[in-house]
Amino acid sequence: MQNFELKYRPFGERALLIEWPEEISENILTDIMAFSRRIAEAMPTLERVPAYNSLTLISREPMEAEDLTAGLRKLYDEKSGNSAKKRKLWNIPVCYEAPFCQDLEEIAQASGTSPEAIIEGHTQATYTVYAIGFLPGFMYLGGLPEALHFPRRESPRPKVAAGSVGIGGKQTGIYPQESPGGWNIIGNSPIKIFNAENDPPCGISVGDKIRFYAIDKDMHELFTIQVDSGVFQIKTLELDDQSA
Amino acid sequence: MIKVLNPGLFTTLQDEGRFGLRDKGVPVSGAMDPRAARVANLLLGNKAGAAVMEITMTGPELEFDKECDFAICGAMLSPELDGEALQNNTVYTAKAGQHLKFGRLVKGYRAYLAVKGGFDTPEVLGSRSWYKPVTARAMLKKGDSLETGKAGKQSTKNVPEYPQENLEGDYIEVYKGPEYDLLSADQKSQLEKGIFKVANESNRMAYQLQEKILGHSHSILTSSTLPGTVQLTPDGRIIILMKDAQTTGGYPRILQLSDEGLAFLSQKKTGDQFLFRIK
Repeated sequence: MQNFELKYRPFGERALLIEWPEEISENILTDIMAFSRRIAEAMPTLERVPAYNSLTLISREPMEAEDLTAGLRKLYDEKSGNSAKKRKLWNIPVCYEAPFCQDLEEIAQASGTSPEAIIEGHTQATYTVYAIGFLPGFMYLGGLPEALHFPRRESPRPKVAAGSVGIGGKQTGIYPQESPGGWNIIGNSPIKIFNAENDPPCGISVGDKIRFYAIDKDMHELFTIQVDSGVFQIKTLELDDQSA
Repeated sequence: MIKVLNPGLFTTLQDEGRFGLRDKGVPVSGAMDPRAARVANLLLGNKAGAAVMEITMTGPELEFDKECDFAICGAMLSPELDGEALQNNTVYTAKAGQHLKFGRLVKGYRAYLAVKGGFDTPEVLGSRSWYKPVTARAMLKKGDSLETGKAGKQSTKNVPEYPQENLEGDYIEVYKGPEYDLLSADQKSQLEKGIFKVANESNRMAYQLQEKILGHSHSILTSSTLPGTVQLTPDGRIIILMKDAQTTGGYPRILQLSDEGLAFLSQKKTGDQFLFRIK
């Protein structure tokens, strides 16, 4: 564990919020996930929700925030114990072709670049999962190159298809289900990031890394069939978590 | 088996909720007024967390195809069994072919119907609570038939009473939220003294309030939210997250309802008014 100045705040009668300095940083996220794993071992009944610079602990029963805080301070300061865990890099296929790339041409023109350049930029970056929320399986990804920051659409679409890959401001991501949405849609992934029939329903965790790779329409069709029949395996790689 | 002749306004099946998946973005769900669900179950000797029917304002019409014990708790919705008026918090036995109907809303907003053995619908990720897209179903529809489970053997002695004050009263108990200190003195005073009314846009995900308070320009990094979290938007709108709410958010979390406060608010409908009592 590193030595961040943590803030502990009671959050109602059954939750406690732990906050790291308010910035988006890999270093902070790594520390949050290491502390989260240590808490999982020491206090297995608490539900843990990590996001950006915070970790929220939720109990099913009312709890004493002061006692819990004291225990957590001690746990954070303990030098012993190895909670290192390998993080995963997920390679996610995306078809950036029609009919999936509804807004690609438009944002390319508006910013004086080409669809090819946007696809190249989008597939070359490595993204970090800073949070999962908004919808089941919706990932908040950090790491979108600045050249690909495009403002959200002026009026959101009432329906964006499941699997749509979009860019909204500084963020990129995948809509895990059909939902309303204001992001510029540049492609579609055949992968089901969240599937309630699987256990766990979402293999990706906060702290993991994501890369996108381009596939053509035929491949998208084939992968969709494989995903639906449960035989598709996402290509993953284990990364060393050096600072845990 | 219980047949749905008319689904009512918005009727769902709920248990205590879905836990342990909030870090994957899965809402907790579960009964909005869990004490009412619990009392209805305990009266029948069910486990406290058996699946019940959550009935919102306008109740369904149901037909029992065989004898079945049931109990209703929470809002008072004028239930009738083949035309005979029923009371809440009482165990009745329906005979095969009898119809259960609901009438005028007298008090509260959400009623809970428990049947002996609980509703035996499929468990998804550890819960029978309906929440689309985690579950295939969002709400009850005409023609549905629901199975009941095996009767429990719990004692039906010493069942706690449903607190009737949950359907009355003016105050909602709240704690200061993580971002309470970002509020100005004027905003705090508005929250403490204001009388607020439930807006039209109110459902199992969130309740909005009709009155605004002063706005703000604070932004926070996306962080966890809970059922009962009170968010303040930049233009001063107040949003109270409920059981099906998203698990993260980026608006300041100014207050947090207690479990009791959340159950109390769940019995309020559009136009009902209340005050916050900050602990």
